[in-house]
Amino acid sequence: MTEALLQVDDLRVSFDSEDGVVHAVDGISYAVDTGKTLGIVGESGSGKSVSSLTTLGLTRGPRAKIEGRMMFNGRDLLTLPDEDLRKVRGDDIAMIFQDPLSALHPFYKVGVQLIEAMQSHRSISKSAAHTRAAEMLELVGIPDPKRRVDQYPHEFSGGMRQRAMIAMALSNEPKLLIADEPTTALDVTVQAQILALLQDLQDRLGMAIIIITHDLGVVAEIADDIAVMYAGRIVERGTTEEIFHSPQHPYTWGLLSSIPRLDNPRDEELVPISGRPPSLINRPSGCHFHPRCPYARDAHKRVDPPLEAVNGGTHLAACLLEGTVRTRIWDGIRTGRDLESLKRLAATSAQPVVEGDAATAPESEGTQPEPGEGSLVESEQPAREHSTETPFMGPEEMP
Amino acid sequence: MSENLIEVRDLVKHFPIKQGIVFQRQVGAVKAVDGVSFEVKQGETMGIVGETGCGKSTTARLLCRLMDPTSGSIVFDGHEVATQKRDDLKALHRDMQMIFQDPYSSLNPRKTIGSIISDPFVIHNLYTGDGERKRRVQDLMDRVGLNPEHYNRYPHEFSGGQRQRIGVARAIALEPKLLIADEPVSALDVSIQAQVLNLLRQLQREMGLTLIFIAHDLSVVRHMCDRVAVMYLGKIVEMSPADVLYTTPRHPYTGALLSAVPVPDPTGGKRKRELLSGDVPSPANPPSACRFHTRCPKAQELCSQDEPELSAKRGGGIAACHFPLTDEEIASRLPVALARQRSAPEPATTDA
Repeated sequence: MTEALLQVDDLRVSFDSEDGVVHAVDGISYAVDTGKTLGIVGESGSGKSVSSLTTLGLTRGPRAKIEGRMMFNGRDLLTLPDEDLRKVRGDDIAMIFQDPLSALHPFYKVGVQLIEAMQSHRSISKSAAHTRAAEMLELVGIPDPKRRVDQYPHEFSGGMRQRAMIAMALSNEPKLLIADEPTTALDVTVQAQILALLQDLQDRLGMAIIIITHDLGVVAEIADDIAVMYAGRIVERGTTEEIFHSPQHPYTWGLLSSIPRLDNPRDEELVPISGRPPSLINRPSGCHFHPRCPYARDAHKRVDPPLEAVNGGTHLAACLLEGTVRTRIWDGIRTGRDLESLKRLAATSAQPVVEGDAATAPESEGTQPEPGEGSLVESEQPAREHSTETPFMGPEEMP
Repeated sequence: MSENLIEVRDLVKHFPIKQGIVFQRQVGAVKAVDGVSFEVKQGETMGIVGETGCGKSTTARLLCRLMDPTSGSIVFDGHEVATQKRDDLKALHRDMQMIFQDPYSSLNPRKTIGSIISDPFVIHNLYTGDGERKRRVQDLMDRVGLNPEHYNRYPHEFSGGQRQRIGVARAIALEPKLLIADEPVSALDVSIQAQVLNLLRQLQREMGLTLIFIAHDLSVVRHMCDRVAVMYLGKIVEMSPADVLYTTPRHPYTGALLSAVPVPDPTGGKRKRELLSGDVPSPANPPSACRFHTRCPKAQELCSQDEPELSAKRGGGIAACHFPLTDEEIASRLPVALARQRSAPEPATTDA
């Protein structure tokens, strides 16, 4: 495999707060290649925005603790001095924010803001930058760009502001574009326009895109690969086809069956995920999803599942259920089997073994599956022991 | 069953635009709602969809007289609401309640949950017996899935989904006939949305509620509603039973909306995207005649001269369009998955 444009390894971001340490991002790894789109999906508080803000050094501060590696073009963004990072930010890596009204400065004309973005990275004369600003606005499909370039943000509609943001982000031809909920504030028809625009620009300019969203429909349309985040971790990662056609994690199943879909029968009952997202200060023990997971078994409260390959491929999932059982449960969900019978199915899955009772051996080779049905590929991987008494101290695991 | 609970005729709300500091004169009007007519049957769920600024929330507020309409009539349960005196509205609101979009700003942060939910009883002076109110409130909390022991907690101690449940409990406290839900789930996380949607459906079944459900999310509306009205710039452009609207949309705007909805299926969602150009025009200065003609892919000269009326279109719905979508055009716009459903149940839409 060739070097990826952005390679993130075991990124951890935590913030010291009055209530305790907030583990916003807890050991995530992903990679994005040039010309590809990675979708990061998750609910509010899953750490998806923090991970991308960290790429641009926007989470640096006295109370933040950032660990891991973030290789971009052969340089580690995490250790780059502020001065150097500023040169990367807005030039090689650009970002589109969720709320275009608060991300544009209300006192300055849109053109002036675009010119500033260009002049801070290139030596370009003001008049040339002004011409280029108008060209950029034209590129993103704003009608009458020569007039619009001298208008203020409040004179733009929501969709046009988002286009102006995209124009600004693209003005230095970045290699990587990070779009944080770029369409959440927009209507569906405008959302469709913006998504089409992003794809079109990617085809023409060949940049990599990371799109962060909670909308599964949006990632299905635009992403090549998807990472599903929950409580600061990636719980499942794979290609878009893998995630939508053979999802492996109960949280992904929950997300897929809790939204009403145009392609399902109309009166179909929605299956919500019970409970609510956990606090990132007081995370649940073991598998972080176990309090909301209908298929959780006792041992799942103690064992922290590593992110491991499904069928030896690129599709990764962090779940303690056996792979064969997971496949059968997902088939059951799709064919509308009732939850009780699916739970019974989950109960046939071998429990991961917790070595000892308290903290004995921190790690051991290969957990033995309990005698029972099914041989499993997954449990070859070492599952980490995790004592219930200290639920917040995440084990320093590194798959 | 077929009794109309609420009938709306030619409802209009114009907000004046004024100029001048001392002597204000009206220089125009934002035509937020401009001639809307519909009726909702007892026990039915009526959906209203549309983009930002189409007047759907204004319509909701007019229905329960949180605003006074400029003109038009609203007949609720045999009584005219539009011209009712302010003093008589209390009786009206006993039968008609609203759930708001933002669960953070619609609950008073300085009141406990118990007192928020019992407010309707205080206002209407019901259940005055000692402890009776508290018992009622705890019943309600149990019913909407809140722990009754949290009676004395404050809103900030609850998550968004739970707050929305508090809003629902308050709205059903008086056992209203009509519940108006204005974007009840759009502020919630995806995994929580389904909880609130299921709650609303369950309450509707149990209490025989009539529901007016306003949202911009077409999938959610399809899931919840029996009948759906599509609004554009203050007017209803299409109104059909949900099954009809989502499989045979006749108005080009509805077609464009449906084609824009992202479908969470990387293969089943693919179709020729029909992108509307530009944004919604300003409701202060809407286009002449058919308001959609500036963005409509099928617009012809007639569209800018003559305003189309809502009329029955083939398939079973009504739409306001001179040149409704043909079956082929519908097929090319709908996501594959919807088109599949379309051909499955009723293949009898192939007449010339």
